[in-house]
Amino acid sequence: MSYIGIIITFVFINNFILTQFLGLCPFIGVSKNVESATGMGMAVTFVMALASISTWVIYNYILIPLNIEFLQTITFILVIAALVQFVELVIQKISPALYKALGIFLPLITTNCAVLGIALINVRNNYNALESFVAGIAAGLGFLLAILLMSTIRVKLDSEWVPKPFRGIPIAFVTGGLMAMAFMAFDNALLNNLLG
Amino acid sequence: MLKEFTKGILKENPVFIIVLGLCPALGVSTKVINSIGMGAGVIFVLLGSNIFVSLLKNFIPEKVRIPSYIVIIASFVTIVQMVMEAFAPSLYDNLGVFVPLIVVNCIILGRAEAFANKNTVKSSILDALGMGIGFTLALLLISLVREVLGAGTITLFPIGSFSGVIQIPGLVDSPVRIFGLAAGALLVMGFLKALFNWIGDLRRIKQ
Repeated sequence: MSYIGIIITFVFINNFILTQFLGLCPFIGVSKNVESATGMGMAVTFVMALASISTWVIYNYILIPLNIEFLQTITFILVIAALVQFVELVIQKISPALYKALGIFLPLITTNCAVLGIALINVRNNYNALESFVAGIAAGLGFLLAILLMSTIRVKLDSEWVPKPFRGIPIAFVTGGLMAMAFMAFDNALLNNLLG
Repeated sequence: MLKEFTKGILKENPVFIIVLGLCPALGVSTKVINSIGMGAGVIFVLLGSNIFVSLLKNFIPEKVRIPSYIVIIASFVTIVQMVMEAFAPSLYDNLGVFVPLIVVNCIILGRAEAFANKNTVKSSILDALGMGIGFTLALLLISLVREVLGAGTITLFPIGSFSGVIQIPGLVDSPVRIFGLAAGALLVMGFLKALFNWIGDLRRIKQ
């Protein structure tokens, strides 16, 4: 698949949150205001791009030559955990301002299914190094798009009357459901029309 | 002692009350059988990780406890992956990427961190069983609503001459397809969570 195809697929057609259900916990938990949603989205995109490329290298140059592909899950989660710690340290040293914005979200990212999800999906799709990297960025951008839209809607919802049992999490799910319905408009036909 | 077991099923239900482990709860709940498979996998991993974490709680250094828990959990997930691929390949295909993703199911790491590293092996086992069964029941409820409305069927194990699929007359010919899709999953989850909030409120008023 072409790179544009991969981007459109992961941002719109297979949006990680709204069609694949990966990364739902932060989608519901960290979408109460626009700033934290943006911070979380950026941090996730960053880590997903790095995780895609590093898990690709480790899978193809260590696990396959040694014939230990079955250790995939353990290796990937350890790589991601180490990567998140490393990113945290680097950002803290280089840019305290960025650390202030993203810092509190980074520890949460290790257990975000979207990051491990993209690493596993890249292997399943047999992507090469660049395709994995592009898929990582695109899936992260799709996550950012969904969580940003959600947070702007939730800010508006705060000033509306909602029946009491629906306040908080339930209405967020119903909103997410309606957003997913809108995203159903993006399907493979769109890809065929755009790329021929 | 029994309280450690029953709290996970209703009062602290991981999906509906604490709202953890949502990705697999919605991702695999298109068919009842998928929920049973996912629930069994999670119960096994939760049981294994709770037992090992509570056994090793005095040996794992405080600073590296989270990575250690993750390694323990990932090992059990790999076992589940291999066993499922060997003995239930069609279920393994249906669950897809959600089988390895049991590793990042927050319920399991959450129980290791919040319960197993402070308690005895015996109460950790009860806690794991309660939480795992609570998770499975929540998945069954979501998938029952979604499959009955979205496809008009209930898919269980095939036993003997029984194909494993119960068809619901009326719904099977003209199901409400949206419930089988992503949007339906989020809507069903929203309405079920609202229902649980409402029941919780009623109970509080009674007291």
